[in-house]
Amino acid sequence: MASDTLAGSARTDAEISGLDALEIAGREKPPSRAIRLWAATWPKFAALALAVAIWQAVVWSGWKEPWALPGPAVVFEDLGRYALSASLWEGLATTGRRALVGFAAAVAVGLLLGLGVARVKVLRAALGSMITALQTMPSIAWFPLAILLFQLSEQAIFFVVVLGAAPSVANGVIHGVDYVPPLLVRAGRNLGARGLNLYRYVIAPAALPAIVAGLKQGWAFAWRSLMAGELLVVIAERTSIGAQLTYARDFSDAPRLMAIMIVILVLGLLVDTAFGAADKAIRRRWGVLDQAGN
Amino acid sequence: MTSTTTTPRSATGSVALRGVTKVYGQGEQAVLALDGLSLDVAPGEFVCLVGASGCGKSTLLNLVAGLDRVSGGTIELGEGVNPGLMFQEPALFPWSTVESNVEVPLKLRGLPRDQRKERVAELLRTVHLSEFGRKRPHQLSGGMRQRVALARTLALDTPVLLMDEPFGALDAMTRDILHDELERIWSERKLTVLFVTHNVREAARLADRIVLLSSRPGRIIYSTRVDVPRPRRIDSPEVSAIAAEVTDRLRKEVGRHGQ
Repeated sequence: MASDTLAGSARTDAEISGLDALEIAGREKPPSRAIRLWAATWPKFAALALAVAIWQAVVWSGWKEPWALPGPAVVFEDLGRYALSASLWEGLATTGRRALVGFAAAVAVGLLLGLGVARVKVLRAALGSMITALQTMPSIAWFPLAILLFQLSEQAIFFVVVLGAAPSVANGVIHGVDYVPPLLVRAGRNLGARGLNLYRYVIAPAALPAIVAGLKQGWAFAWRSLMAGELLVVIAERTSIGAQLTYARDFSDAPRLMAIMIVILVLGLLVDTAFGAADKAIRRRWGVLDQAGN
Repeated sequence: MTSTTTTPRSATGSVALRGVTKVYGQGEQAVLALDGLSLDVAPGEFVCLVGASGCGKSTLLNLVAGLDRVSGGTIELGEGVNPGLMFQEPALFPWSTVESNVEVPLKLRGLPRDQRKERVAELLRTVHLSEFGRKRPHQLSGGMRQRVALARTLALDTPVLLMDEPFGALDAMTRDILHDELERIWSERKLTVLFVTHNVREAARLADRIVLLSSRPGRIIYSTRVDVPRPRRIDSPEVSAIAAEVTDRLRKEVGRHGQ
């Protein structure tokens, strides 16, 4: 009997590793990183080249006077000068600080609000639809009120940035918590995770993809609100990217105006790429990129 | 166990159900899922609960696991026993590696890091997945995921294992092998197992005792010992004979609902 069991278990071992090898085989093909990178990058460069070419063609067509619509060569030359000047870096410092502080505050407010609404029934009934309504409100429409409340000040900008971004973050949290698979919650509870531990080990990680999506959207809103704010709320003693854009228009300095626009575009793009990379990394870990579920 | 009445007993692995009733909903919409179910499972016993749809098998396991409250009756477990529960799906945490998944119950129990590492390695050896500790659940096959889930449940160090059709979603070959595995782990660790299935052959292959439940509401209508020596094969004549007997009873029960 004993020897029989032993032989049986040795046989089972071989069968198990055989089955595992067969089922895993061919699942992981190592994709070359360089090839993937190139495949993702060249269309972007091609599109960029095409956009610059169209821009140049429009300038050559003489549709607008060169002082209103300068060509790419002039703008990029000015961008080079701008990049070496102190004003860009001072402006970046102010705008970057506002963006960081504003976004951080929006994230804090959004997380708390989202958790509250996701957890408390009364709050959901009271605020759930209002958060979505807030999201549809164009942030620039808040500025008259913000200026009345806080005058032309940092607080006015801050106020609008937070109002613009927090609802997206909150919605991400609500969505994330709502869609945590109940089975995972039951499994977590059975493994001994109750109360805060359930959040730490199950709900928070399960909701993370939706939360990151909310952060990404929140960032887009914060960045737009901030630019609108800096255009409208110009604080004389403090230069910022948005304020410089306003000045460039006031002085009809078209090359500088477009150089600043390129800076704004690139900044927004960079941060968006960072969020995109985080989102993708999470989804790869979850295994939802290459196959469904579990 | 906050949701069930716990009476300390000397035998830690035992499970005793006394007139357990479970009602879902209220008033006219109330559905009686379990009706006065009594069952004694001895420490180290392997009991398979078999029944057609709607017999409250999963409800019963949830109640024993403390994930749901009884409407009436009591469930008695050994002192301080938290039964481990396995589902048809592995219910692994997709954001963690295999190792981290198995580690969760150990972390929650507050085991120090070096002890956790040791235990995780030992548990992965038990389910033959030592080489896959760094993989993520989505990189494994269904059978392997279910073994990770088993290792994670074993990490609870509980004498009572509740299994809710754990092999229902697997192919026959994988299922056969996992039967051997479960039998080995059960006998090595002297576990008490309450195993729900609608697969009568699986029950005959695994169980010391098969308990047949009626549908809507769930009641015990038949119970039989499986006195076939282990290790068993699912296709042996003895196992088949018992499966045939239980299938007949099950069909009668299902037919009762057709009239």
